Amino acid sequence: MANDDIWILGINMTKFGKHKDLDTVDLAAQAARAALADGGVTMNDIGVIAAGNLMGGGGIGQQLQKQIGQTGVPVYNVSNACATGATALRTAIMAIKAGETEMGLAVGVEKLAGAGLLGGGGKAKSDKKTWEPSGRYGAVASIDGRIGTNAMPGIFAQVGMEYGHRYGGTSFELFARIAEKNHSHSTLNPLAAYTKRMTLEEIMNDVMIAYPNTRSMCSANCDGAAAAVVTTGAKLKTLSKEQQRRAVKVAASVLTTDPWQEACQVLPDVNTLTRNAAKQAYEQAGVGPDELDLVELHDCFATAELVHYDNLMLCEEGGAVDFFNSGATWRDGRMPVNVSGGLQSKGHPIAATGIANVWEICHHLRGEAGDRQIEGAKVGLAHVIGLGSACGVHILERSGL
Amino acid sequence: MAKQVPLVDYLQLGEQPHLTAHRCVDCGARYFDRRNACASCFGDRFVEETVATEGEVRAFTIVTFAAPGVPVPFVAAVIDCGGVSVRANLVHVEPDADHVHLGMKVRLVTFPIGTDDDGVEAIAFGFEPLVPAATAGGA
Repeated sequence: MANDDIWILGINMTKFGKHKDLDTVDLAAQAARAALADGGVTMNDIGVIAAGNLMGGGGIGQQLQKQIGQTGVPVYNVSNACATGATALRTAIMAIKAGETEMGLAVGVEKLAGAGLLGGGGKAKSDKKTWEPSGRYGAVASIDGRIGTNAMPGIFAQVGMEYGHRYGGTSFELFARIAEKNHSHSTLNPLAAYTKRMTLEEIMNDVMIAYPNTRSMCSANCDGAAAAVVTTGAKLKTLSKEQQRRAVKVAASVLTTDPWQEACQVLPDVNTLTRNAAKQAYEQAGVGPDELDLVELHDCFATAELVHYDNLMLCEEGGAVDFFNSGATWRDGRMPVNVSGGLQSKGHPIAATGIANVWEICHHLRGEAGDRQIEGAKVGLAHVIGLGSACGVHILERSGL
Repeated sequence: MAKQVPLVDYLQLGEQPHLTAHRCVDCGARYFDRRNACASCFGDRFVEETVATEGEVRAFTIVTFAAPGVPVPFVAAVIDCGGVSVRANLVHVEPDADHVHLGMKVRLVTFPIGTDDDGVEAIAFGFEPLVPAATAGGA
């Protein structure tokens, strides 16, 4: 192992679901303490903390310190929509790469059970008694529902439909079958929010949210946290053989935003920044998509998973429908995608997701994934995207020991 | 006739209602919102450009569950109007997958959405099918 390589020494995710008796800080503390224990280190070893939480009151990093150890190290509270967890991880990695410290802790946490629809409406726009233009469109009334939709299910529905318009082959049933796969995968994941297999009929007959996404094709709002301890190759060499064996190499860590595209002001372009992040990550890691043993990608909606097969170059350009229809992305296929159950079934506590996806990959690379283990997994990719937009891609490799 | 205001400032009312975009003088990028500078080339000179009132549906969704106060169902879409992507609702069409299609040709229409205490009427826009939906059945 090279001295300047970055390694995940310890990592953990809490059970996703409803945690009525645990608050945001409890969940973050649970994941953080478990990640430290997993890595065989304590807060005394941590030189930097990066923490993310979107729906809480702010300052999650310092609130967390007060519960697990106030050592005076710098805290970076990060916020990057659904890419917040990946941003926290990347922030800790950057501090280490910059040489400021040799070990960091990244945490993402969210309390989201029962949160309902995200992104729509906004501040209650009581249509005023006199029309007064406001905002960057000079709007005299709320535009959500009058000029398209601001809510996530409809935005991502259009992302999938646009792919269908461009390349053909999509249908309501095709998108529902993607959700069928993820709900099936989650039956093997005891930490998933939902672990019940759903039939195609149940998915298609579920409550329609924004065609073609029914409720079970949308990411599941839930509570949860995830945390990771990262360090350098040089530091890892000083630790035990067992720590070295279980450590997972961060072969690539990339964060991108969307470059200007003609339509991106109208419908978020989740494609270009994902493709850019994937290209950079494959180059950094020196691996190609064909060498991946498993992928956890940001299936915030069934319609989104399809386009990311293409964006992450898991298939030929324009070939996502055929790729899915080949069975490749089921857990027994040639490129298992979202064997955790994905955001649709494992759940999506927003700021935790970008580290939880990495945890899932690490679990397989360490050979510790139990019933859902992808046998012999050596290399995996974790992807998240937050609208606005930010995209995080991490490529992870099993320790050679 | 009652005084009217457009729902958004890029909707131009009058004899032939249409949308306008701010076009970057340097690179041609178009925007509907107020800009500080061009996101594509960082230039800060813009001119108003008329956007075509007919176009083709490039993406749509039928929203049946929305934030409180937003009436459903409605069809949200992205319409390609002569190379300019426009976000709008589709109107005068049944909001179901049998009647709304990708690639459908549509045109801009305007309609009132309410009157304020001063008697001013707000006018919104949407896009309706160019050809009314063919009746089902037949051959």
